[in-house]
Amino acid sequence: METWSTASEIADAVAQGRASALAVVDAALSRIEQQNSVLNAFTAATVERARAKARAVDAARAAGKPLGPLAGVPFAVKNLFDVAGIATLAGSKINRDRDPASVDSPLITRLESAGAILVGALNMGEYAYDFTGENVHDGPSRNPHDTGRMTGGSSGGSGGAVAGGLVPVSLGSDTNGSIRVPSSFCGLFGLKPTYGRLTRARTFPFVASLDHLGPLARSTRDLALAYDAMQGPDAEDPVCTTRASEPALPTLGSGIGGLRIAVAGGYFERGAGTEALSALATVAKALDAEQRIEIPEAARARAAAFIITTTEGGALHMDRLRTNAHDFDPATRDRLISGAMIPASLVVKAQKFRRWYREQVLKLFERYDAILAPATPMVAPRLGQQMMMLDGAEVPLRANIGIYTQPISFIGLPVVCVPVPLQPLPIGVQIIAAPWREDVALRIAHYLETTQVAKAPRPPL
Amino acid sequence: MSEIDNQALEVYIRTAATALGIPLEEAWMPEIRANLAVSLRLANIVADFDLPDEIEPAPVFEA
Repeated sequence: METWSTASEIADAVAQGRASALAVVDAALSRIEQQNSVLNAFTAATVERARAKARAVDAARAAGKPLGPLAGVPFAVKNLFDVAGIATLAGSKINRDRDPASVDSPLITRLESAGAILVGALNMGEYAYDFTGENVHDGPSRNPHDTGRMTGGSSGGSGGAVAGGLVPVSLGSDTNGSIRVPSSFCGLFGLKPTYGRLTRARTFPFVASLDHLGPLARSTRDLALAYDAMQGPDAEDPVCTTRASEPALPTLGSGIGGLRIAVAGGYFERGAGTEALSALATVAKALDAEQRIEIPEAARARAAAFIITTTEGGALHMDRLRTNAHDFDPATRDRLISGAMIPASLVVKAQKFRRWYREQVLKLFERYDAILAPATPMVAPRLGQQMMMLDGAEVPLRANIGIYTQPISFIGLPVVCVPVPLQPLPIGVQIIAAPWREDVALRIAHYLETTQVAKAPRPPL
Repeated sequence: MSEIDNQALEVYIRTAATALGIPLEEAWMPEIRANLAVSLRLANIVADFDLPDEIEPAPVFEA
Protein backbone atom coordinates (compact mmCIF):
# COMPACT_ATOMS: atom_id res chain seq x y z
CA MET A 1 0.00 0.00 0.00
CA GLU A 2 1.15 3.55 -0.53
CA THR A 3 0.72 6.80 1.34
CA TRP A 4 -2.39 7.83 -0.54
CA SER A 5 -4.24 4.50 -0.48
CA THR A 6 -7.83 4.94 0.61
CA ALA A 7 -9.40 3.03 3.47
CA SER A 8 -11.42 0.91 1.07
CA GLU A 9 -8.30 0.04 -0.97
CA ILE A 10 -6.45 -0.93 2.21
CA ALA A 11 -9.36 -3.04 3.48
CA ASP A 12 -9.63 -4.83 0.12
CA ALA A 13 -5.89 -5.53 0.02
CA VAL A 14 -5.87 -6.84 3.59
CA ALA A 15 -8.95 -8.99 3.00
CA GLN A 16 -7.43 -10.48 -0.14
CA GLY A 17 -4.02 -11.03 1.44
CA ARG A 18 -2.22 -8.55 -0.82
CA ALA A 19 -1.12 -6.60 2.25
CA SER A 20 -0.84 -7.43 5.92
CA ALA A 21 -2.49 -5.21 8.47
CA LEU A 22 0.80 -5.05 10.34
CA ALA A 23 2.65 -3.74 7.30
CA VAL A 24 -0.06 -1.14 6.71
CA VAL A 25 0.00 0.01 10.33
CA ASP A 26 3.82 0.08 10.48
CA ALA A 27 3.87 2.22 7.35
CA ALA A 28 1.37 4.63 8.92
CA LEU A 29 3.37 4.77 12.17
CA SER A 30 6.52 5.43 10.16
CA ARG A 31 4.85 8.32 8.28
CA ILE A 32 3.64 9.76 11.58
CA GLU A 33 7.15 9.57 13.02
CA GLN A 34 8.68 11.22 9.98
CA GLN A 35 6.18 13.93 9.27
CA ASN A 36 4.61 14.86 12.57
CA SER A 37 7.48 17.18 13.43
CA VAL A 38 6.28 19.33 10.53
CA LEU A 39 2.51 18.79 10.53
CA ASN A 40 2.06 18.58 14.32
CA ALA A 41 -1.14 16.61 13.78
CA PHE A 42 -0.63 13.91 16.42
CA THR A 43 -0.33 14.45 20.16
CA ALA A 44 0.03 10.70 20.85
CA ALA A 45 0.76 7.62 18.78
CA THR A 46 -0.69 4.36 20.11
CA VAL A 47 2.15 2.26 18.72
CA GLU A 48 1.98 -0.93 20.77
CA ARG A 49 -1.78 -1.05 20.78
CA ALA A 50 -1.94 -0.52 17.02
CA ARG A 51 0.62 -3.21 16.27
CA ALA A 52 -1.17 -5.68 18.57
CA LYS A 53 -4.48 -4.98 16.88
CA ALA A 54 -2.89 -5.35 13.44
CA ARG A 55 -1.46 -8.74 14.40
CA ALA A 56 -4.94 -9.77 15.56
CA VAL A 57 -6.45 -8.76 12.20
CA ASP A 58 -3.76 -10.71 10.35
CA ALA A 59 -4.31 -13.72 12.62
CA ALA A 60 -8.06 -13.58 12.00
CA ARG A 61 -7.49 -13.65 8.26
CA ALA A 62 -5.01 -16.50 8.55
CA ALA A 63 -7.62 -18.44 10.54
CA GLY A 64 -10.19 -17.87 7.82
CA LYS A 65 -12.40 -15.68 9.99
CA PRO A 66 -14.48 -12.96 8.36
CA LEU A 67 -12.88 -9.52 8.37
CA GLY A 68 -14.73 -6.25 8.81
CA PRO A 69 -15.19 -3.66 6.04
CA LEU A 70 -12.33 -1.57 7.48
CA ALA A 71 -9.87 -4.41 8.07
CA GLY A 72 -6.39 -3.06 8.66
CA VAL A 73 -7.32 0.59 8.10
CA PRO A 74 -5.31 2.95 10.32
CA PHE A 75 -7.29 5.84 11.80
CA ALA A 76 -6.78 8.51 14.45
CA VAL A 77 -9.09 10.59 16.63
CA LYS A 78 -9.20 14.18 17.86
CA ASN A 79 -7.80 14.12 21.37
CA LEU A 80 -11.19 14.77 22.96
CA PHE A 81 -12.13 11.11 22.35
CA ASP A 82 -11.43 8.78 25.27
CA VAL A 83 -8.63 6.40 24.36
CA ALA A 84 -7.99 3.75 26.99
CA GLY A 85 -4.73 4.45 28.80
CA ILE A 86 -4.40 8.09 27.70
CA ALA A 87 -5.66 11.24 29.44
CA THR A 88 -8.34 12.92 27.31
CA LEU A 89 -6.72 16.31 26.67
CA ALA A 90 -9.37 18.06 24.60
CA GLY A 91 -6.53 20.31 23.50
CA SER A 92 -5.99 21.68 27.00
CA LYS A 93 -3.18 21.91 29.51
CA ILE A 94 -5.57 21.45 32.42
CA ASN A 95 -6.77 18.00 31.35
CA ARG A 96 -3.21 16.65 31.40
CA ASP A 97 -3.76 16.03 35.11
CA ARG A 98 -6.76 13.79 34.48
CA ASP A 99 -6.53 10.07 34.98
CA PRO A 100 -6.05 8.11 31.77
CA ALA A 101 -9.34 7.01 30.22
CA SER A 102 -10.31 3.52 31.34
CA VAL A 103 -12.09 2.53 28.13
CA ASP A 104 -12.34 3.79 24.56
CA SER A 105 -15.07 6.01 23.17
CA PRO A 106 -17.75 3.78 21.60
CA LEU A 107 -17.04 5.25 18.16
CA ILE A 108 -13.47 3.95 18.42
CA THR A 109 -14.82 0.58 19.55
CA ARG A 110 -17.26 0.47 16.63
CA LEU A 111 -14.56 1.33 14.06
CA GLU A 112 -12.23 -1.28 15.56
CA SER A 113 -15.05 -3.83 15.48
CA ALA A 114 -15.13 -3.20 11.73
CA GLY A 115 -11.41 -3.99 11.58
CA ALA A 116 -9.96 -0.47 11.70
CA ILE A 117 -6.90 0.21 13.83
CA LEU A 118 -6.40 3.24 16.06
CA VAL A 119 -2.91 4.69 15.64
CA GLY A 120 -3.15 7.83 17.75
CA ALA A 121 -4.77 10.96 19.13
CA LEU A 122 -4.80 14.28 17.28
CA ASN A 123 -4.07 17.91 18.02
CA MET A 124 -7.02 20.30 18.35
CA GLY A 125 -7.96 23.79 19.42
CA GLU A 126 -8.33 24.13 23.18
CA TYR A 127 -11.60 22.62 24.43
CA ALA A 128 -12.87 22.79 20.83
CA TYR A 129 -13.61 26.52 21.13
CA ASP A 130 -11.69 27.25 17.96
CA PHE A 131 -11.84 27.52 14.17
CA THR A 132 -8.07 27.85 13.51
CA GLY A 133 -6.37 24.60 14.58
CA GLU A 134 -3.88 26.65 16.58
CA ASN A 135 -3.04 25.54 20.11
CA VAL A 136 -0.82 27.42 22.57
CA HIS A 137 0.05 24.27 24.52
CA ASP A 138 0.86 21.83 21.71
CA GLY A 139 1.65 24.25 18.90
CA PRO A 140 -0.48 24.71 15.80
CA SER A 141 -1.65 21.95 13.51
CA ARG A 142 -0.09 22.77 10.14
CA ASN A 143 -1.82 22.59 6.80
CA PRO A 144 -0.12 20.00 4.56
CA HIS A 145 -0.84 22.14 1.47
CA ASP A 146 1.16 25.02 2.96
CA THR A 147 2.66 24.46 6.37
CA GLY A 148 2.64 28.18 7.05
CA ARG A 149 -1.15 28.11 6.99
CA MET A 150 -3.89 26.99 9.34
CA THR A 151 -5.53 23.59 9.13
CA GLY A 152 -8.72 25.11 10.43
CA GLY A 153 -10.24 23.92 13.64
CA SER A 154 -11.01 22.87 16.03
CA SER A 155 -10.37 19.39 14.56
CA GLY A 156 -7.03 20.67 13.20
CA GLY A 157 -4.99 17.49 13.60
CA SER A 158 -7.88 15.50 12.13
CA GLY A 159 -7.56 17.60 8.98
CA GLY A 160 -3.76 17.65 8.83
CA ALA A 161 -3.35 13.92 9.47
CA VAL A 162 -5.64 12.89 6.59
CA ALA A 163 -4.64 15.61 4.13
CA GLY A 164 -0.97 14.85 4.83
CA GLY A 165 -1.44 11.15 4.07
CA LEU A 166 -0.61 9.98 7.60
CA VAL A 167 -3.93 8.11 7.89
CA PRO A 168 -6.83 7.70 5.43
CA VAL A 169 -9.56 8.44 7.99
CA SER A 170 -9.84 10.49 11.16
CA LEU A 171 -12.59 11.44 13.56
CA GLY A 172 -13.38 14.97 14.65
CA SER A 173 -16.09 16.88 16.42
CA ASP A 174 -18.22 19.69 15.02
CA THR A 175 -20.14 22.10 17.26
CA ASN A 176 -20.18 25.09 14.92
CA GLY A 177 -18.07 23.87 12.01
CA SER A 178 -15.08 22.05 13.48
CA ILE A 179 -15.21 19.17 10.97
CA ARG A 180 -16.28 21.28 7.99
CA VAL A 181 -13.74 24.09 8.46
CA PRO A 182 -10.66 21.78 8.51
CA SER A 183 -12.18 19.83 5.62
CA SER A 184 -12.41 23.07 3.66
CA PHE A 185 -8.94 24.36 4.50
CA CYS A 186 -7.21 20.98 4.11
CA GLY A 187 -9.11 19.85 0.99
CA LEU A 188 -10.95 16.84 2.45
CA PHE A 189 -14.35 15.23 2.47
CA GLY A 190 -15.90 15.67 5.89
CA LEU A 191 -19.23 14.44 7.24
CA LYS A 192 -21.06 16.19 10.02
CA PRO A 193 -24.02 13.86 10.54
CA THR A 194 -27.46 14.79 11.87
CA TYR A 195 -27.43 15.95 15.50
CA GLY A 196 -27.93 12.80 17.56
CA ARG A 197 -26.95 10.36 14.81
CA LEU A 198 -23.60 9.24 16.27
CA THR A 199 -23.07 8.64 19.96
CA ARG A 200 -20.94 11.22 21.75
CA ALA A 201 -20.39 9.05 24.81
CA ARG A 202 -16.91 9.14 26.32
CA THR A 203 -15.81 12.23 24.47
CA PHE A 204 -15.00 15.51 26.19
CA PRO A 205 -17.97 17.81 25.55
CA PHE A 206 -18.10 21.45 24.57
CA VAL A 207 -21.70 22.52 23.91
CA ALA A 208 -24.19 19.76 24.67
CA SER A 209 -26.89 21.44 22.55
CA LEU A 210 -24.71 21.50 19.44
CA ASP A 211 -21.96 18.87 19.67
CA HIS A 212 -21.65 16.34 16.82
CA LEU A 213 -18.97 13.78 15.93
CA GLY A 214 -18.03 12.55 12.48
CA PRO A 215 -15.33 11.38 10.05
CA LEU A 216 -12.92 13.13 7.67
CA ALA A 217 -11.42 11.28 4.68
CA ARG A 218 -9.95 11.69 1.19
CA SER A 219 -12.83 9.84 -0.50
CA THR A 220 -16.59 9.66 -0.12
CA ARG A 221 -16.48 5.88 -0.02
CA ASP A 222 -14.22 6.06 3.02
CA LEU A 223 -16.56 8.56 4.67
CA ALA A 224 -19.51 6.23 4.11
CA LEU A 225 -17.60 3.15 5.30
CA ALA A 226 -16.59 4.85 8.54
CA TYR A 227 -19.99 6.47 9.05
CA ASP A 228 -21.88 3.22 8.56
CA ALA A 229 -19.60 1.40 10.98
CA MET A 230 -20.26 4.02 13.70
CA GLN A 231 -24.07 4.25 13.52
CA GLY A 232 -26.44 2.78 16.05
CA PRO A 233 -28.17 3.68 19.31
CA ASP A 234 -26.25 4.15 22.54
CA ALA A 235 -27.99 4.62 25.88
CA GLU A 236 -24.83 6.24 27.22
CA ASP A 237 -25.53 9.40 25.17
CA PRO A 238 -29.05 10.69 25.90
CA VAL A 239 -29.02 12.67 22.64
CA CYS A 240 -28.14 9.64 20.48
CA THR A 241 -31.03 8.53 18.31
CA THR A 242 -32.85 5.27 18.85
CA ARG A 243 -33.28 4.93 15.08
CA ALA A 244 -31.74 1.82 13.63
CA SER A 245 -28.66 2.22 11.45
CA GLU A 246 -29.38 3.59 7.99
CA PRO A 247 -26.31 2.61 5.96
CA ALA A 248 -25.27 5.11 3.31
CA LEU A 249 -22.85 2.90 1.39
CA PRO A 250 -25.49 0.91 -0.55
CA THR A 251 -26.84 4.04 -2.27
CA LEU A 252 -23.55 5.93 -2.54
CA GLY A 253 -23.28 5.36 -6.28
CA SER A 254 -26.94 5.97 -7.09
CA GLY A 255 -26.21 9.27 -8.82
CA ILE A 256 -28.14 12.49 -8.54
CA GLY A 257 -31.10 11.66 -10.77
CA GLY A 258 -34.32 12.96 -9.27
CA LEU A 259 -32.62 15.03 -6.59
CA ARG A 260 -33.71 18.66 -6.29
CA ILE A 261 -30.72 20.79 -5.38
CA ALA A 262 -30.72 24.51 -4.62
CA VAL A 263 -28.05 27.07 -3.79
CA ALA A 264 -28.25 29.15 -0.61
CA GLY A 265 -28.01 32.81 -1.57
CA GLY A 266 -28.26 35.99 0.46
CA TYR A 267 -26.44 35.55 3.77
CA PHE A 268 -24.40 32.65 2.39
CA GLU A 269 -22.91 34.72 -0.42
CA ARG A 270 -22.37 37.98 1.42
CA GLY A 271 -18.77 38.21 2.50
CA ALA A 272 -17.65 35.12 0.62
CA GLY A 273 -14.25 35.53 -1.04
CA THR A 274 -13.51 34.86 -4.69
CA GLU A 275 -12.42 31.27 -4.08
CA ALA A 276 -15.51 30.42 -2.03
CA LEU A 277 -17.83 31.80 -4.68
CA SER A 278 -15.89 30.14 -7.49
CA ALA A 279 -16.02 26.73 -5.78
CA LEU A 280 -19.72 27.11 -5.07
CA ALA A 281 -20.42 28.04 -8.69
CA THR A 282 -18.40 25.07 -9.96
CA VAL A 283 -20.30 22.62 -7.75
CA ALA A 284 -23.69 24.20 -8.54
CA LYS A 285 -22.99 23.98 -12.27
CA ALA A 286 -21.93 20.33 -12.06
CA LEU A 287 -25.19 19.54 -10.27
CA ASP A 288 -27.40 21.72 -12.50
CA ALA A 289 -28.47 23.54 -9.35
CA GLU A 290 -29.88 26.76 -10.76
CA GLN A 291 -32.43 27.69 -8.10
CA ARG A 292 -31.25 30.24 -5.53
CA ILE A 293 -33.04 30.23 -2.20
CA GLU A 294 -32.85 32.24 0.98
CA ILE A 295 -32.46 30.39 4.26
CA PRO A 296 -34.58 32.65 6.47
CA GLU A 297 -32.92 34.53 9.33
CA ALA A 298 -29.56 32.82 8.85
CA ALA A 299 -27.66 35.73 10.42
CA ARG A 300 -29.84 35.53 13.50
CA ALA A 301 -29.33 31.76 13.58
CA ARG A 302 -25.60 32.30 13.59
CA ALA A 303 -25.98 34.81 16.43
CA ALA A 304 -28.08 32.35 18.44
CA ALA A 305 -25.55 29.55 17.86
CA PHE A 306 -22.83 31.92 19.08
CA ILE A 307 -24.76 32.66 22.29
CA ILE A 308 -25.64 29.04 23.07
CA THR A 309 -22.01 28.11 22.44
CA THR A 310 -20.41 30.73 24.63
CA THR A 311 -22.87 30.22 27.51
CA GLU A 312 -22.85 26.43 27.56
CA GLY A 313 -19.06 26.54 27.19
CA GLY A 314 -18.80 29.01 30.06
CA ALA A 315 -21.03 26.86 32.23
CA LEU A 316 -19.07 23.69 31.40
CA HIS A 317 -15.77 25.25 32.43
CA MET A 318 -16.96 27.35 35.39
CA ASP A 319 -15.05 25.37 38.02
CA ARG A 320 -11.86 25.43 35.98
CA LEU A 321 -12.25 29.18 35.44
CA ARG A 322 -12.47 29.59 39.21
CA THR A 323 -9.44 27.48 40.04
CA ASN A 324 -7.21 27.18 36.96
CA ALA A 325 -7.84 30.32 34.95
CA HIS A 326 -4.12 30.80 34.26
CA ASP A 327 -3.82 27.38 32.65
CA PHE A 328 -6.22 28.15 29.79
CA ASP A 329 -5.20 29.57 26.46
CA PRO A 330 -5.95 33.25 27.19
CA ALA A 331 -8.12 33.49 24.06
CA THR A 332 -10.26 30.58 25.26
CA ARG A 333 -10.38 31.81 28.84
CA ASP A 334 -11.57 35.30 28.06
CA ARG A 335 -14.38 34.01 25.82
CA LEU A 336 -15.47 31.44 28.40
CA ILE A 337 -15.53 34.02 31.21
CA SER A 338 -17.59 36.32 29.00
CA GLY A 339 -19.90 33.42 28.15
CA ALA A 340 -20.48 32.62 31.81
CA MET A 341 -21.83 36.13 32.31
CA ILE A 342 -24.57 36.21 29.66
CA PRO A 343 -28.02 36.58 31.28
CA ALA A 344 -30.07 33.38 31.15
CA SER A 345 -33.05 35.19 29.60
CA LEU A 346 -31.02 35.74 26.43
CA VAL A 347 -30.01 32.09 26.24
CA VAL A 348 -33.57 30.85 26.60
CA LYS A 349 -34.59 33.16 23.79
CA ALA A 350 -31.84 31.72 21.61
CA GLN A 351 -33.14 28.20 22.28
CA LYS A 352 -36.69 29.29 21.47
CA PHE A 353 -35.47 30.92 18.27
CA ARG A 354 -33.76 27.65 17.43
CA ARG A 355 -37.14 25.88 17.47
CA TRP A 356 -38.66 28.55 15.19
CA TYR A 357 -35.73 28.52 12.77
CA ARG A 358 -35.79 24.72 12.51
CA GLU A 359 -39.43 24.83 11.46
CA GLN A 360 -38.71 27.41 8.75
CA VAL A 361 -35.70 25.59 7.33
CA LEU A 362 -37.46 22.21 7.32
CA LYS A 363 -40.09 23.76 5.03
CA LEU A 364 -37.33 24.28 2.45
CA PHE A 365 -36.69 20.54 2.43
CA GLU A 366 -40.25 19.95 1.25
CA ARG A 367 -39.11 21.53 -2.04
CA TYR A 368 -35.44 20.53 -2.12
CA ASP A 369 -33.42 17.46 -1.26
CA ALA A 370 -30.19 19.35 -0.72
CA ILE A 371 -28.90 22.91 -0.39
CA LEU A 372 -25.41 24.07 -1.35
CA ALA A 373 -23.48 26.71 0.56
CA PRO A 374 -19.85 27.74 0.98
CA ALA A 375 -18.05 26.04 3.87
CA THR A 376 -15.68 28.90 4.67
CA PRO A 377 -15.46 32.49 3.40
CA MET A 378 -11.81 31.98 2.43
CA VAL A 379 -9.03 29.44 1.83
CA ALA A 380 -6.71 28.56 4.73
CA PRO A 381 -5.40 31.75 6.40
CA ARG A 382 -1.78 32.12 7.49
CA LEU A 383 -0.89 30.86 10.96
CA GLY A 384 -1.16 33.68 13.46
CA GLN A 385 -3.45 35.78 11.26
CA GLN A 386 -5.80 37.79 13.47
CA MET A 387 -8.02 39.77 11.12
CA MET A 388 -9.87 39.07 7.88
CA MET A 389 -11.85 41.03 5.32
CA LEU A 390 -15.56 40.29 5.31
CA ASP A 391 -18.02 42.17 3.19
CA GLY A 392 -15.57 45.04 2.80
CA ALA A 393 -14.85 45.39 6.52
CA GLU A 394 -11.89 44.18 8.55
CA VAL A 395 -13.18 41.83 11.27
CA PRO A 396 -11.59 39.39 13.77
CA LEU A 397 -10.70 36.16 11.98
CA ARG A 398 -11.39 33.63 14.74
CA ALA A 399 -15.01 34.56 15.26
CA ASN A 400 -15.89 34.74 11.58
CA ILE A 401 -14.38 31.65 9.94
CA GLY A 402 -17.55 29.74 10.79
CA ILE A 403 -20.18 32.16 9.58
CA TYR A 404 -21.46 29.72 6.93
CA THR A 405 -21.23 26.56 9.01
CA GLN A 406 -22.86 27.86 12.21
CA PRO A 407 -26.41 28.43 10.91
CA ILE A 408 -26.49 24.80 9.67
CA SER A 409 -25.17 22.88 12.68
CA PHE A 410 -27.38 25.14 14.83
CA ILE A 411 -30.30 22.90 13.84
CA GLY A 412 -28.32 19.73 13.42
CA LEU A 413 -28.68 19.25 9.66
CA PRO A 414 -26.39 16.65 8.08
CA VAL A 415 -23.67 18.08 5.85
CA VAL A 416 -20.95 16.67 3.66
CA CYS A 417 -18.20 19.18 3.00
CA VAL A 418 -16.65 18.48 -0.41
CA PRO A 419 -13.21 19.78 -1.43
CA VAL A 420 -12.87 21.77 -4.64
CA PRO A 421 -9.20 21.54 -5.66
CA LEU A 422 -8.51 25.16 -6.56
CA GLN A 423 -4.88 26.26 -6.98
CA PRO A 424 -2.88 26.86 -4.92
CA LEU A 425 -5.23 26.01 -2.05
CA PRO A 426 -8.44 23.96 -1.91
CA ILE A 427 -11.72 25.13 -0.41
CA GLY A 428 -14.90 23.33 0.62
CA VAL A 429 -18.55 23.50 -0.31
CA GLN A 430 -21.29 22.32 2.05
CA ILE A 431 -23.89 19.86 0.77
CA ILE A 432 -26.70 20.21 3.28
CA ALA A 433 -29.50 17.64 3.51
CA ALA A 434 -32.67 17.18 5.54
CA PRO A 435 -32.37 15.61 9.00
CA TRP A 436 -31.42 11.92 8.85
CA ARG A 437 -30.62 12.11 5.11
CA GLU A 438 -26.86 11.78 5.26
CA ASP A 439 -27.33 9.32 2.40
CA VAL A 440 -28.49 12.13 0.10
CA ALA A 441 -25.55 14.39 0.93
CA LEU A 442 -23.12 11.49 0.48
CA ARG A 443 -24.67 10.51 -2.87
CA ILE A 444 -24.22 14.04 -4.18
CA ALA A 445 -20.67 14.22 -2.83
CA HIS A 446 -19.85 10.90 -4.49
CA TYR A 447 -21.24 12.13 -7.82
CA LEU A 448 -19.03 15.22 -7.57
CA GLU A 449 -16.06 13.02 -6.77
CA THR A 450 -16.63 10.64 -9.69
CA THR A 451 -16.97 13.62 -12.05
CA GLN A 452 -13.70 15.06 -10.64
CA VAL A 453 -15.40 18.28 -9.56
CA ALA A 454 -14.60 17.45 -5.96
CA LYS A 455 -11.27 15.93 -5.13
CA ALA A 456 -8.91 15.77 -2.16
CA PRO A 457 -5.69 17.16 -3.64
CA ARG A 458 -2.35 15.65 -2.66
CA PRO A 459 0.00 18.16 -1.07
CA PRO A 460 3.65 18.46 -2.13
CA LEU A 461 5.11 16.88 1.00
CA MET B 1 -31.82 47.39 23.22
CA SER B 2 -29.02 49.94 22.95
CA GLU B 3 -25.40 48.94 23.34
CA ILE B 4 -24.02 49.15 26.84
CA ASP B 5 -21.01 51.48 27.27
CA ASN B 6 -17.57 50.27 28.27
CA GLN B 7 -17.70 51.61 31.80
CA ALA B 8 -21.04 50.02 32.55
CA LEU B 9 -19.83 46.78 30.99
CA GLU B 10 -16.78 46.72 33.26
CA VAL B 11 -18.97 47.27 36.32
CA TYR B 12 -21.18 44.43 35.16
CA ILE B 13 -18.18 42.12 34.56
CA ARG B 14 -16.69 42.82 38.00
CA THR B 15 -20.04 42.26 39.69
CA ALA B 16 -20.79 39.07 37.75
CA ALA B 17 -17.28 37.74 38.40
CA THR B 18 -17.79 38.29 42.14
CA ALA B 19 -21.20 36.63 42.04
CA LEU B 20 -19.83 33.66 40.11
CA GLY B 21 -16.59 33.35 42.09
CA ILE B 22 -14.38 33.83 39.05
CA PRO B 23 -11.08 35.60 39.83
CA LEU B 24 -10.32 38.43 37.40
CA GLU B 25 -7.05 40.08 36.51
CA GLU B 26 -6.95 43.63 35.21
CA ALA B 27 -5.01 42.54 32.12
CA TRP B 28 -7.86 40.25 31.07
CA MET B 29 -10.49 42.98 31.20
CA PRO B 30 -10.14 44.41 27.65
CA GLU B 31 -10.59 41.00 26.00
CA ILE B 32 -13.41 39.90 28.28
CA ARG B 33 -15.15 43.23 27.72
CA ALA B 34 -14.72 42.96 23.95
CA ASN B 35 -16.05 39.41 23.94
CA LEU B 36 -18.99 40.28 26.14
CA ALA B 37 -19.84 43.30 24.01
CA VAL B 38 -19.96 41.13 20.88
CA SER B 39 -21.95 38.42 22.69
CA LEU B 40 -24.52 40.88 24.01
CA ARG B 41 -24.87 42.51 20.63
CA LEU B 42 -25.52 39.12 19.01
CA ALA B 43 -27.79 37.98 21.86
CA ASN B 44 -29.89 41.09 21.44
CA ILE B 45 -30.25 40.45 17.70
CA VAL B 46 -31.93 37.21 18.72
CA ALA B 47 -33.84 38.79 21.62
CA ASP B 48 -35.30 41.43 19.31
CA PHE B 49 -36.96 38.77 17.16
CA ASP B 50 -40.68 38.38 17.87
CA LEU B 51 -41.66 34.85 18.82
CA PRO B 52 -44.93 33.48 20.23
CA ASP B 53 -44.90 32.93 24.01
CA GLU B 54 -45.97 29.34 23.43
CA ILE B 55 -42.94 28.28 21.40
CA GLU B 56 -40.89 25.62 23.19
CA PRO B 57 -37.15 26.07 23.61
CA ALA B 58 -35.33 23.61 21.33
CA PRO B 59 -34.04 21.13 23.96
CA VAL B 60 -36.82 18.75 25.02
CA PHE B 61 -36.36 16.58 28.08
CA GLU B 62 -37.86 13.10 28.07
CA ALA B 63 -38.81 11.73 31.48
